[in-house]
Amino acid sequence: MDDSTARLSARGLTCDRGERRVFAHVGFEVRPGGLLAVVGPNGAGKSSLLRLLAGLLPPAGGVIAWNGHAVADEPEAHRARLHYIGHLDALKPALTPAEMLAFDAALRGQRTGASAISAALDAFGLARFADLPARFLSQGQRRRAALARLVATPAPLWLLDEPTLALDADSVARLTAVLARHRGAGGLAVIATHGGLDLGAHDTLDLGAVR
Amino acid sequence: MNALAAILRRDLRLAWRSPGDSATVVLFFVLTVVLFPFGVGPAAEILARIATGVIWVMALLASLLSLDRLFREDSEDGSLDLLALSPAPLELLVLGKVLAHWLITGVPLIVASPLLALLMQLPAGAYPTLLLALLLGTPTLSLIGAIGAGLTLGARRGGVLIALLVLPLYIPVLIFGVAAVDAAASGLAVRPHLLLLGGLLALFLPVSPVATAAALRQALQ
Repeated sequence: MDDSTARLSARGLTCDRGERRVFAHVGFEVRPGGLLAVVGPNGAGKSSLLRLLAGLLPPAGGVIAWNGHAVADEPEAHRARLHYIGHLDALKPALTPAEMLAFDAALRGQRTGASAISAALDAFGLARFADLPARFLSQGQRRRAALARLVATPAPLWLLDEPTLALDADSVARLTAVLARHRGAGGLAVIATHGGLDLGAHDTLDLGAVR
Repeated sequence: MNALAAILRRDLRLAWRSPGDSATVVLFFVLTVVLFPFGVGPAAEILARIATGVIWVMALLASLLSLDRLFREDSEDGSLDLLALSPAPLELLVLGKVLAHWLITGVPLIVASPLLALLMQLPAGAYPTLLLALLLGTPTLSLIGAIGAGLTLGARRGGVLIALLVLPLYIPVLIFGVAAVDAAASGLAVRPHLLLLGGLLALFLPVSPVATAAALRQALQ
């Protein structure tokens, strides 16, 4: 992780959805190893904020910066340094978790061997299901297969939208461990959450309060 | 380039595991053309005269049939987010998806066309030109179709809307495709028509990925 000293920061971030202003003038900074928990009531814009940070949504105002450089100036580099896990698991019913991880790694331009893929699946207790088409997986197993992307290919910035959705206690513990390892290596994380995940030391951004 | 190969491999694998989808397209093509001898009677000279037009129009409609699903599944299951977040340009990934679409739906049409030409009493001398014209024309149909599929991604009733958007753009392919095969059937020069079909392909090869990627980015917001 060559970016391990990098910081993610946002200033004056404003988001419009349709005609509606979702939030305005949001600012924060996440340091290496840091974690920002995004909280707020339904509709406060937690998912929108993560999509803004991923570059999937253009902000109506404000700047997102990596190490002080606006990410809008270098979108490819920004996409290469982040993992975004949204509400949808992005699995194909006909493909196996191992195939999906290999595809994701290839999309990211990284070579990932079979050992890295099985290690990633193992981190979420999915080793037994590596070669089972995703249509036979339960909701929680599908979620774990999506989260395994985080481990299969390294990226300094993780953007997770309600990562514990449909996860059982054991899987939440596995995610907590994976997250702690990521932060220990200097990785950053921004997580939209309603609680239920042991985040360790973290900053909180309450979108319900900034409106 | 790796990302293009990855999406191509994934889409081909998906098609291979559920072959029903591409089989539907080629079966639609075969069945609709087979209706014509029943509809207009088996008189060889009438069939021969309309053969080229029928084969081309049905190839257009068959290609249209599969467009709705080109990006819809990726959009509904979240895969489109992954594609858009790849460091590789989205244009390149679109090109990979279009190439896969052509291999899955266009190539079977080309393979099935000699059989239908036989049924429609197309003069034997026109067969090579028919194959060549379809080989140049069907990729253009996939390229044009991708723009329509991208633009209608967010819309309800996208399937109908695609037809309205895409069919007018298919007309040049239809005109030159039919002209090439008709020229061959009556012993005229086919080269100018084939060159025009190639020109259309060369036009949409860069235009379609750029336009489609722009439409997809809009749909993601």
